[in-house]
Amino acid sequence: MQKLRRIWQSDLAWNFRNTPVAVVSALIVLVLGLAVIFAPLIAPHDPFDPTTLNLMNGFSEPMQPNPFTGEVFLLGTDDQGRDVFSTILYGMRISLMVGLLSVAFAMVLGIILGLIAGYVGGWTETIIMRIADVQLTFPSILVAMLIFGIVKGITPVEYRDQMAIWVLILAIGLGEWVQFARVVRGATLVEKNREYVQAARLIGRSKWIIMIRHLLPNVLSPVLVIATISLALAIIAEATLSFLGVGAPPTQPSLGTLIRIGQSFLFSGEWWILLFPALTLLTLALSVNMLGDWLRDALNPKLR
Amino acid sequence: MLAYIIRRIMQSILVLFVVGLVAFSMFRFVGDPIENMLGQERTAEDVQRLRSDLGLDQPFVLQYWRFLENAAHGDFGLSYRQGRPVVDILIERAPATLELALVSGTLAMLFGISLGVFTAIRRDGWLANGIMTVSLIGVSLPTFLIGILLIYVFSVELGWLPSFGRGEMVMIGRWSTGFLTESGLKSLILPSITLGLYQMTLIMRLVRSEMLEVLRTDYVRFARARGLKERSVYFRHALVNTMVPVITIIGLQLGSIIAFAIITETVFQWPGVGLLFINAVQFVDIPVMAAYLMLISVLFVTINLIVDLLYFLIDPRLRTSKAGAH
Amino acid sequence: MKIKSLLLTSVFCASAGISAQAETLRWARAGDALTLDPHAQNEGPTITLGRQIMEPLVDRDMKGGLVPGLAIEWAPSESDPNVWNFTLREGVTFHDGAEFDSDDVVFSVNRAMTEKSNYREVLASVKEVRATGPHTVEIVTKGPNPIMPNNLTNLLIMDKGWAEANDAVDVQDYEGGESTYAAKNANGTGPYKVVSREPDVKTVLERFDGYWGAGTFPLEVTRIEALPIQNPATRVAALLSGEVDFIQDVPVQDLSRVDSTDGLDVRKAPQNRVIFFGMNQGDVDLKNDNVDGKNPLADVRVRQAMNMAINRDAIQKIVMRGQSQPAGVVLPPFVNGWTVELDQVPATDVEAAKALMEEAGYGDGFSIKLDCPNDRYINDEAICQASVGMLAQIGIDVNLDAKPKAQHFPLINNLESDFYMLGWGVPTYDSEYIFNFLVHTKGEAYGSWNSTRFSNAELDAAIEALASETNLAARDESIGAIWDQVQEEVLYLPIHHQVLNWGMKSRVDSVVDPEDSPKFKYFAFN
Repeated sequence: MQKLRRIWQSDLAWNFRNTPVAVVSALIVLVLGLAVIFAPLIAPHDPFDPTTLNLMNGFSEPMQPNPFTGEVFLLGTDDQGRDVFSTILYGMRISLMVGLLSVAFAMVLGIILGLIAGYVGGWTETIIMRIADVQLTFPSILVAMLIFGIVKGITPVEYRDQMAIWVLILAIGLGEWVQFARVVRGATLVEKNREYVQAARLIGRSKWIIMIRHLLPNVLSPVLVIATISLALAIIAEATLSFLGVGAPPTQPSLGTLIRIGQSFLFSGEWWILLFPALTLLTLALSVNMLGDWLRDALNPKLR
Repeated sequence: MLAYIIRRIMQSILVLFVVGLVAFSMFRFVGDPIENMLGQERTAEDVQRLRSDLGLDQPFVLQYWRFLENAAHGDFGLSYRQGRPVVDILIERAPATLELALVSGTLAMLFGISLGVFTAIRRDGWLANGIMTVSLIGVSLPTFLIGILLIYVFSVELGWLPSFGRGEMVMIGRWSTGFLTESGLKSLILPSITLGLYQMTLIMRLVRSEMLEVLRTDYVRFARARGLKERSVYFRHALVNTMVPVITIIGLQLGSIIAFAIITETVFQWPGVGLLFINAVQFVDIPVMAAYLMLISVLFVTINLIVDLLYFLIDPRLRTSKAGAH
Repeated sequence: MKIKSLLLTSVFCASAGISAQAETLRWARAGDALTLDPHAQNEGPTITLGRQIMEPLVDRDMKGGLVPGLAIEWAPSESDPNVWNFTLREGVTFHDGAEFDSDDVVFSVNRAMTEKSNYREVLASVKEVRATGPHTVEIVTKGPNPIMPNNLTNLLIMDKGWAEANDAVDVQDYEGGESTYAAKNANGTGPYKVVSREPDVKTVLERFDGYWGAGTFPLEVTRIEALPIQNPATRVAALLSGEVDFIQDVPVQDLSRVDSTDGLDVRKAPQNRVIFFGMNQGDVDLKNDNVDGKNPLADVRVRQAMNMAINRDAIQKIVMRGQSQPAGVVLPPFVNGWTVELDQVPATDVEAAKALMEEAGYGDGFSIKLDCPNDRYINDEAICQASVGMLAQIGIDVNLDAKPKAQHFPLINNLESDFYMLGWGVPTYDSEYIFNFLVHTKGEAYGSWNSTRFSNAELDAAIEALASETNLAARDESIGAIWDQVQEEVLYLPIHHQVLNWGMKSRVDSVVDPEDSPKFKYFAFN
């Protein structure tokens, strides 16, 4: 309780409460997050369970009874007869999971390697930063295609469907860690010559403790900013990969896969298959980006 | 100093080696080229013959070594798909991608910088906030969807702009340019907007935040205090000072423009190297994929190297810390 | 106002007048021809482009019927059943002005029989080809071959002198990455000649003024621009916005949009291609399922159950939007051997199917992987996805693995897939072609695409005997018997026959070619 109050009264929270854009964005993210968590309770259908699907429900218009089965769907159905509303809820689950986990993966990897590179220096630094160069050389789309190909080649077929999601997380995460590593290394280079670090070193603290206890807290705010922006990027990257055919499997579609499927019905008048998933993605990415924006401005003391 | 540069160049070459290895090993997993090259009516014998013709039956390391050896001579072999030297195809396709990248890069820079300056100066104005929000849409929708929506609106519904290809070309030596014909210029509009939108947003936000920082520095305050005109303060003093990080980012983004061109070129059937690469992936055209990845790597590594060296020259603090680190 | 409208009409007339003389047809499809060498690749888009430029001895018209090409008459020799006689057309010239005669035919057929050629299998029965006069040719076969002319319809004739002068006597080693003069240039007798070619970007053809068929065919297209556009949405957009005049592959969902657009039409025709699933029924155990020590697909009751579970009508109505013809046999209706009875679509009956599964000991179902291409057939991935749902109804848990054709086909050929989608067209219009590739035990000469591991020595013998059966009635009877057994075994799960959809400007007048290979000399404008 005490802690919560302290957070509420902090500068950051004050700034937050006085920035309507941030509040609205946070609310939207919260609502979408809850919808995702409680998807099985909210969604009228489970689109991932093929036994419940009836192909004849395909291409139902929103709120109009299907000409063959007479069933009515809030946001219509897609080409496989899946309820678009349910598919969005479940698809957003996959998108958010891929986004959050890949960013978490990139963040952890980037912070560790960035800290080590910045603090230890020498050959270790050279090796890490050159690996980062290799990484930068391959845009994340190419990295993902590469990892996808390799993993597909080595995993047993029965695990491939489950693997696809983890491969996406790995691929997108690998595409983003360099950002974190570069920022953390830069900040570490500056911090490590400060008195407090020197002092810690003098009293005989080990490298690792210095890095985690003293350096890490000082590089967290830029990391947080990058993390929010990377989250939005990761969700979009997943959609793009789906367009190139290396995204989530069509039987377990993500928002990106839904948009890929929907775009082929743009000219034919089944607008709902594209519009609703696209709007959801836009809302999600936009809110996360806005939060990232606000966070960057709020955490940058020079801008206040 | 010289030692540092030499070491840095050596490292870059090593990086290229590794990239080459990664790229090359990828091809073993993307499919079997033999399948595409032989029709439905082929025999096991054909497959064997072809396998040895292409050297696919040799050990992996040997295949890689042979690849590097030839690549060093600028020989990437013949495309399986087109039966022509890969280098010729790349030279033929490069102008399309470079012109597209140039136009979208320029657009992104022009609009990015001017809008960035505007939103920084009018920090709290409704228009500036509106621009900031709208620009986010550009990074909140996948590129392929933006491209398809643009085609839908401007080609299908309005019929103003072409939906695919480069239009009429004029050949200047071996360079095919779309800059000299009306249809060529018209064809450039939609793809370059699609490709440049993301970069524009990035540049605009960077310029804005850099401007906001610089505007708060003593230097600019002093300039203001001296009674200089607002415009002169903004452009002569503030903007110039934001240029170093902006140019760095633009340099680094150049490579990503070319990488993202893969998607834009696929959507607009733009006959550049990105489309060539996607075709190669679908067809498992290994020589083309290898050459493309090596080309991109050389590009990125070179840009990286230049940026690093420039930093080294510009920023004396970094020089000491680097020297200390080694 | 009056002046203005008058002006408009006169401008209109003027442009119409010009267009009657010079009509460019901008033609887009997903893929491009691989090479111009007529014998290097036996592949749809390659043949389609090639046959505008070069011609075969025996041709097919736009309805699939055999018509004279460079040969005006052909018949088996009365004295020797192993010989076919061809009488060649006189007064034909190649694009470069060279005279066409029997030397060119002998050269081209021999060239197509060399090692690098992709037409060796089609000409496998040919022993020798010889000129018996400047305009007569004999083809000697190893045994009697009643359908010899059918094998020649894709075999394009080159100019011997041109090939010799340009170092193109040998077939381009396409697979070996070889590039020859003939791969980028062509000198044929066909209605169009090559003006420029940039693979995957643009190929321009122009009408050949010295074409022998000048009075016979409409030949109203004077210039062809072949433009590959891969992304389906972009391709449709290009047609809708008037940037191209003709696209060969309109996505089924966009048909009504194209058809209802002013000035655009969709023309449809059943295609000579059947889509189906293959099942590994020969192996003792499957790699890609969850049943240990047994192969559920080896039980004919399971295969029957699957056949009953798939709702072909729903696939036709929803996935294909009516643009397919549900199939009961893996045999396109054009092909010799097809009957209404064979193509009877099995009724969808989930309860009966469940009962069969129960009977076979799989009442609790099983799980299996389905391999599916996503860039080969019309809506291939969506068909597979719909089938996943239908098979789930009878307890079969299908894991769908969809991928580009370059990765899909190796799985089938290397016997790595236990359950796969495949499509088959029959260029010879005869059942034997299907038996040779899909029914005969997989081996060196036969059964190269039969990955069901099905093997039946009696059936194999019956299939091999077809090649030399000269009594056509007895041959047809044998074909019928083989089909009956294939159906009884449920060797394949047929889905449907594809329907072709060509989208074009309304003023373009053409029927749809059942092999999806437009012949532009038949195109007219109205």
